[in-house]
Amino acid sequence: MSLRPQVIQLYKNLLYLGREYPMGYEYFREKLKRSFLKNKDATDPEQIKMMIGRGEFVIKEIEALYMLRKYRTLKRRYYDNEYGNRAGKDTQ
Amino acid sequence: MSLKVLVGCKRVIDYAVKIRVRPDKLGVVTDGIKHSMNPFDEIAIEEAVRLKEKNIVKEVIAVSCGPTQAQETIRTALAMGADRGIHVEVPAKEMEKLEPLHVSKILAKLAEKEQAELVIVGKQAIDDDTNATAQMTAGILNWPQATFASKIEKKDDFLEVIREIDGGLETIKVKLPAVVSADLRLNEPRYATLPNIMKAKKKKIEKMKPADLGVDTTPHFEVIEVTDPPAREAGIKVEDVDTLLLKLKEVGRI
Repeated sequence: MSLRPQVIQLYKNLLYLGREYPMGYEYFREKLKRSFLKNKDATDPEQIKMMIGRGEFVIKEIEALYMLRKYRTLKRRYYDNEYGNRAGKDTQ
Repeated sequence: MSLKVLVGCKRVIDYAVKIRVRPDKLGVVTDGIKHSMNPFDEIAIEEAVRLKEKNIVKEVIAVSCGPTQAQETIRTALAMGADRGIHVEVPAKEMEKLEPLHVSKILAKLAEKEQAELVIVGKQAIDDDTNATAQMTAGILNWPQATFASKIEKKDDFLEVIREIDGGLETIKVKLPAVVSADLRLNEPRYATLPNIMKAKKKKIEKMKPADLGVDTTPHFEVIEVTDPPAREAGIKVEDVDTLLLKLKEVGRI
């Protein structure tokens, strides 16, 4: 059962990421819990490893989502056009 | 390499939070509101960490001026890869009145004390948008400055920095020691993951007060009023093209 701590850690890491989820923490937590519970009876180590891998892929995807969201918001706020309008906001 | 880098990171209201003006109109509501690291400072930290990963830099020191909670911001910086932190404690009440000049003086003093050869900060904070700290820090230290950096490369004993300027890019050389301010396109900051935040708890954060560095934080400015931006006025519907043209002429658009 050496994979158990890994699965728990994965769950914790995902929960932490969910705190900033655009549709809310509750939505994320429920979905996360459901997807983990769905596979609670899995016993094959190979299969569990594969599922952990999938979880880690999801982590990367969420990180990328947050990064892009922040980048786009800042770009919209501070850079109206391709160049210029560097410091000010809404100066037309 | 023995280069030490000092990186400034400010704790600001999170970029995704809707800002509300306080009823007394002398500031914005900050109590119980989500704060996080200024996004431009995240870019600054990321750049310092990347320089370290390229073995150009030996140590990355994250500095934040602010109330006790500024430690969380420093933790985030440590989780992203900074080696240690310095927390210059400024009570929340005084933090409102802390000006870029004060922060510049603190950063300059710390750069001298730590014998840092490079100071990287975000170009501006998303709360007060002053865009002045990097420039003034360079001024106080009498170091060259490379502001709005979108690419930094180390060559021999100088840095080659590509700057974002109106209408294009500018490439400059700056001798070290220098002050650099990070623009949006410099890099894509990594996410401070939970395991890394846990690991960062082992890293040291030194605590001090502005007075310990001999910096006087008496305000030079007084906030007279803070107001919301004007609300967008509702549009109108027009019957036909002629009325549209007429209306456009009225407001002087055509």
